[in-house]
Amino acid sequence: MSLLEVADLHVRYGAIVAVRGVSLRVEEGEAVGLIGVNGAGKSTTMSAIMGVVKPERGSVVFAGESLVGVPPEAVIRKGLAPVMEGRRIFPTLTVEENLKIGAATVKDKEQIAADIEKWSTFFPVLKERLGKPAGTLSGGQQQMLAVARAMMSRPTMVLMDEPSLGLSPKLVGEIFDLIRQLRELGMSILLVEQNVRMTLDVVDRVYLLSTGKVDFEGTPAELRARGDVERAYLHGTSSATKPAVQ
Amino acid sequence: MISDVAQYLVTSLSLGGLYALMALGLIIVYGILKLINFAYGELVMVAGYGLLIFGRSPWPWIIVAILSVICAVIAALLMERIAFRPVRHASPTTMLITSFAVSALLQNLALLTISPRPQVPRLPSIFIRNLTFRGIRIDVLDLSGLIVSILALIALTVFLRRTVIGLSLRAAADDFTMTRLMGVRANMVIAAAFAISGFMAGIVALFWIGNARSTTPTIGLEPVLIAFIASVVGGMSSLKGAVVGGYVLGFLTIGLQTWLPQEVNAYRNAVLFGIVIVVLLLRPDGIIRPAYSREAR
Repeated sequence: MSLLEVADLHVRYGAIVAVRGVSLRVEEGEAVGLIGVNGAGKSTTMSAIMGVVKPERGSVVFAGESLVGVPPEAVIRKGLAPVMEGRRIFPTLTVEENLKIGAATVKDKEQIAADIEKWSTFFPVLKERLGKPAGTLSGGQQQMLAVARAMMSRPTMVLMDEPSLGLSPKLVGEIFDLIRQLRELGMSILLVEQNVRMTLDVVDRVYLLSTGKVDFEGTPAELRARGDVERAYLHGTSSATKPAVQ
Repeated sequence: MISDVAQYLVTSLSLGGLYALMALGLIIVYGILKLINFAYGELVMVAGYGLLIFGRSPWPWIIVAILSVICAVIAALLMERIAFRPVRHASPTTMLITSFAVSALLQNLALLTISPRPQVPRLPSIFIRNLTFRGIRIDVLDLSGLIVSILALIALTVFLRRTVIGLSLRAAADDFTMTRLMGVRANMVIAAAFAISGFMAGIVALFWIGNARSTTPTIGLEPVLIAFIASVVGGMSSLKGAVVGGYVLGFLTIGLQTWLPQEVNAYRNAVLFGIVIVVLLLRPDGIIRPAYSREAR
């Protein structure tokens, strides 16, 4: 059985159907990419998994338990931690407090202290700024904080929504390095991204979403071999996300 | 002259402190739910009738006061549970209207079950005394208001900084959905915010009614209005703004009362709100601006 299994997921916002029948799975220890243009339904799929939006239809099963109807605060208790789009750190809280709130589900104070030490050592920029308000961090630093904060609950899987969005090319490289490192730590990852080229380098399998449906499913190599996708996403403009695939 | 200044300072700090507590009680809930709870004034009323009812017992006044504050906290928690939780996911307008409904309901309940007329609760006799210190005359009511409001501010600060619930409250004011995604229970955070709101209203009631010397069903109208104005002036994006707004309003009120010529003193509220409008024209976000501009969504 897969760690995360999404089947026939439908989500609508009022009259707009954002996701129409998405099915995907993530195995234990696997990194899976969810790619597609803006509005393809990637973030909505992620929000539905986390319980932020209610699916109209379909199932989400994580570690053998259904997540449909489970409130957001309970999802993380099952071992699924989010790194949301736009980083969503708490700007008025200090870096250390951000990490502490990431461990809101952890009772053991010593474990929290040890994890703060561990992740601030992993990200030295955070260690230097533990007492500073997180809003004073740069975009890249905030992204690291968002990842470290997600790790504080000791999840078995992280959902990452557009972690490279709005970052400089150098920082984008660093974020993908970080994803690679998380994989090596044995973390299962579902990565929602627009940066297709970089995503294909770090994931085991990839789902291509188009207008709310899975358009393609397979390994990065298989995706690269498909001419139309190759042309639409990887060639032409330097921005790999512009053209739409119908 | 020195005694005038000293008296002005004590009175202003006392009134400002109480205004700050009023504003805090309003903003702690607003920060999380984006709801201006206009039934907040009725929490002051509940504590007022607490003073009246428990005051008939032979217990010492301090016990009566503590019980009254507890009543306001319980009323705030019930308010959240019964009235606001069912409409939490509705539009902000719905919640606002709900708060007006709760306010009217509680006022009318007091009107029917207690009395439309002012009731005089038992108050400590020390409240009408004053101290003279090196020629400076200070009312005990003002001095105790000053001290208690500062103690309440310190207690709240320590609570928000040092406890897990406090941390969750601050996180929720930054980004409520994200706080929930961290595993913090929404119901717990919101209940905590309402409990603090009730606590502040209860403390305010002791001095507000101590000054008015009677309590009526509409006693909460003025506090909620002041709390609202103070938080708008101070800046609604932070608790700091509520505190600053409260003290600014307190100093302005007492200042106008003291120094405005006799013939225009009747219009001091007009002057006060004139100043408030000027402040808002210059700083539409209030005196304390949002620290960090939030990203979309």
